[in-house]
Amino acid sequence: MQQLIQGNEACALGAMLAGCSFFAGYPISPSSEIMEMMGRLLPARGGTFVQMEDEIASMGAVIGASWTGAKAMTATSGPGFSLMQENIGYAAMTETPCVIVDSQRVGPSTGMPTMPAQGDVMQARWGSHGDRAAIVLTASSVLDTYKMTIEAFNLAERYRLPVVLLLDATLSHMRENMDFPDAQVHSRARPGADNGFEPFGGPEFMAFGNGTRFMVTGLTHDETGHAQTSNGAAGERMLRRLMGRLEADADHVTHFKRHRLEDAQLVFISYGITARAARAAVDELRADGVRAGVLELLTLWPFPEALVSEIAGGADAVVVPELNLGQVALLVRAVSGDRLVVPLGRMDGSLLQPSEIAAAGREALNGGGSTR
Amino acid sequence: MRHGQDLREYLREEAMPNVWCPGCGHGNVMNALTRAFDAMALDLDNVVVVGGIGCASRMPFFLDTNSMHTTHGRALSFATGVKLARPNLTVMAVMGDGDALAIGGNHLIHACRRNIDLTALVLNNEIYGMTGGQLAPTTPQGFRSMTSSLGSIDAPFDAVELALAAGATYVARTTTFDFDEMPQLIEAAIRHPGFALVEVLSQCPTYFGRLNKLGQGRKLLDYEKDMTEPLEGVTRDELVGKLPIGVFREEIRPEYTRRYAALCERARRGAHG
Repeated sequence: MQQLIQGNEACALGAMLAGCSFFAGYPISPSSEIMEMMGRLLPARGGTFVQMEDEIASMGAVIGASWTGAKAMTATSGPGFSLMQENIGYAAMTETPCVIVDSQRVGPSTGMPTMPAQGDVMQARWGSHGDRAAIVLTASSVLDTYKMTIEAFNLAERYRLPVVLLLDATLSHMRENMDFPDAQVHSRARPGADNGFEPFGGPEFMAFGNGTRFMVTGLTHDETGHAQTSNGAAGERMLRRLMGRLEADADHVTHFKRHRLEDAQLVFISYGITARAARAAVDELRADGVRAGVLELLTLWPFPEALVSEIAGGADAVVVPELNLGQVALLVRAVSGDRLVVPLGRMDGSLLQPSEIAAAGREALNGGGSTR
Repeated sequence: MRHGQDLREYLREEAMPNVWCPGCGHGNVMNALTRAFDAMALDLDNVVVVGGIGCASRMPFFLDTNSMHTTHGRALSFATGVKLARPNLTVMAVMGDGDALAIGGNHLIHACRRNIDLTALVLNNEIYGMTGGQLAPTTPQGFRSMTSSLGSIDAPFDAVELALAAGATYVARTTTFDFDEMPQLIEAAIRHPGFALVEVLSQCPTYFGRLNKLGQGRKLLDYEKDMTEPLEGVTRDELVGKLPIGVFREEIRPEYTRRYAALCERARRGAHG
């Protein structure tokens, strides 16, 4: 039976289905309902919920909990996401599975706390100092918010990474009817017995209190966890191993949707809440005889270069509508050769309308385009 | 572990030598901590020691426990996550004065407020050692550091007063001069069912001693001795101008993980009507 569910509720319900047993957070619009719902659900189900003193502490507690074996998450918005970055880098360095939900609002700074934006695409990838492996997902509907939350946990567990799910103020607060689909749940691999276990030697994870004592450090370290502060070879080897694994598994990590792309000469590449408007624009254009389609990205990082390159390469013009001033457009341009790629950005707290997207598409087909 | 072990059994010898300078007090604190482990016959499989960043926060590397070396100032937030998720583990945070009282001050007061069953060891050497001798939130007024070369004009924090005001239920202070009492204080803190803070004045000859012309090793222990006075058996007048040492509070109040367990029980009952 279908139920009317809010985006933030779908996220919390997806987390519970995925096996989340630990939530630490700090209230912030427009993500707070995720935290409120986890606070209602977890205590009765044997999980742990805690409201921390700030987002830095929330991220620290999430990582600490993950090292006891818990599937752990936090949810926040831009300012809190900025505060979490150092500890997100720590989670990456220590290969700690965890999930961070960022319901995006207009920034920078306090910006417009209740209005939607998609300005954290780059921060989600590069917000912490240094190079690292990263997985960043997004969604454009309440149902997909549910599914992608589950997928965020599954990927975090499979690759031992902090996985970011980007929502936005509109998706977080909108309600849609949905069925709860069946879902596969993946949990981190445990090491086999007596196999010379190395705590940072691969995807196998040993939680604290299980009889093998080791060091977890944000310093560059080797597979055993020993710090190597003047010999970075082990650190680079481990980073390349993980990034290589993500690359090799691109088919499992890359999620996307095609909407009327088959014969499209005009392609919109979009994601999140804006992809909905792009689909409506395509339907409007198709009714006028314009062969248009949408590639909706559900995985933003690792950026699906081959997919975007292939689809952009088959089009006459590509338009990238997004609620920022060209973050994904920059990536699309980088892999689209000499194809015309037109950014269509907006960051005034309003959503892009189908009519604006359609107009930008027509203009692009005529060889012009906004550089807004 | 059995009581009466060779204390090296508690150390991760492959991580040696440690990073501490000759004459530093931090090794003595680690020595006292292993004595406390030994006196309690703790099973190290169930002990988690979390450090932040700095000289003191390197201690988890050298202890053969489940060890975390985290981000600057945040040790208590990581420790809180570990303890909440697995309340049966013995969880400690080892921090320096900058870690605990400057960048991590917010986490410290909130851990006190929750009265969560963690032990915070604050190794106070009144200066930033790891970064080369800069001003700490505990540097006394008038004292020199690399960022207060004319003498500090900042009022120092008193970790004990802060923890008492914030609601910690076991609060003690000692010095590396008073080494003999340190293992028992740490043991009492670990056994205490609530948030326990032990501040240890620990000497830094490399920066604090040198920049303030206080000399090395033993002279710095004399400096600690001269600036402190045992809390018990002295009058208020005798404490004037001195930093009191001893146990300032030891009381039982509802502990956070137990309150959370009770809340879960209420939630489960509620869920079943």
